[in-house]
Amino acid sequence: MGKQIYFEDVEVGYELAPVEKNPTTQQLVRYAGASGDYYQIHYDKDFALANKLPGVILHGALKNAFLGQLMTDFAGNEGWLRKLTVQYRGMDVPGHKIACKGKVTAKRVEGGDHIVECDIWLENDKGEKTTPGSAIVILPSRSAK
Amino acid sequence: MGKYISDEDKKLIGIESKPITHDVERGDLRLFAQAIGDPNPLFNDEKQARKTRFGGMIAPPTYVRLLMPQQLPSMDLPNLPKRLLDGGSEWEFFQPIRPGDRITVIASLADLRETEGRMGTMVVRVTEVKYSNQFDELCTIQRMTLLNY
Repeated sequence: MGKQIYFEDVEVGYELAPVEKNPTTQQLVRYAGASGDYYQIHYDKDFALANKLPGVILHGALKNAFLGQLMTDFAGNEGWLRKLTVQYRGMDVPGHKIACKGKVTAKRVEGGDHIVECDIWLENDKGEKTTPGSAIVILPSRSAK
Repeated sequence: MGKYISDEDKKLIGIESKPITHDVERGDLRLFAQAIGDPNPLFNDEKQARKTRFGGMIAPPTYVRLLMPQQLPSMDLPNLPKRLLDGGSEWEFFQPIRPGDRITVIASLADLRETEGRMGTMVVRVTEVKYSNQFDELCTIQRMTLLNY
């Protein structure tokens, strides 16, 4: 984890430090076990092909977890991820790098909380945004210290 | 009355599942963090996490996927198109989840409707899942969207 970011450090348009992922079939099996999601399209290639898929595909919830990491890295130990919204628009397959990215879209103080809103997305190695979403974090403030 | 959803089916909206309580085990948290490839010490390292304001390890945000609710009747609708996709989730986080917590999970069907899309008529089911701890504090809400087409 890097050093703590404060509310005053970010402005609208600020780009979050990206999180790079290189998912493998092994990771899909580990995620199936750790999350209890044993839908076969994530580890059984024949089953996936029979379901008209290009092969095994990433769990939507795994991509959701990647974007969760983007946000908890951004919030740091002093911040708090308050809301996370993720839509699975496109499929992602193992063996291809993906990047989690985000940008600050708004900031405000509400009921004493220093709130930052972000657009977030997951981008495949062709530059396509397969998984868009949004997030709200509460950051610490230098003025409140 | 729609192509796939009857008025009877619509009555399932709002009905809650029977509660089920899960124990949160430290090893499960770590396995989950390792499976998603998140090295954050808050989710992996009790010693490091103790030095933070949380005072110890906490769960990664989406860990509660492991804590399944009891089956809802809306999971068994007979007339839905056969192909199923996870459309996404909306999460709200109120309290951290820690090793040793006992998390009670209750699901309910929040929305059931049909939409016309590229692939014909699609059935959209939104299930709201609430995760509360042993102090009756609401920790997390997940609203998951399932698509049948």
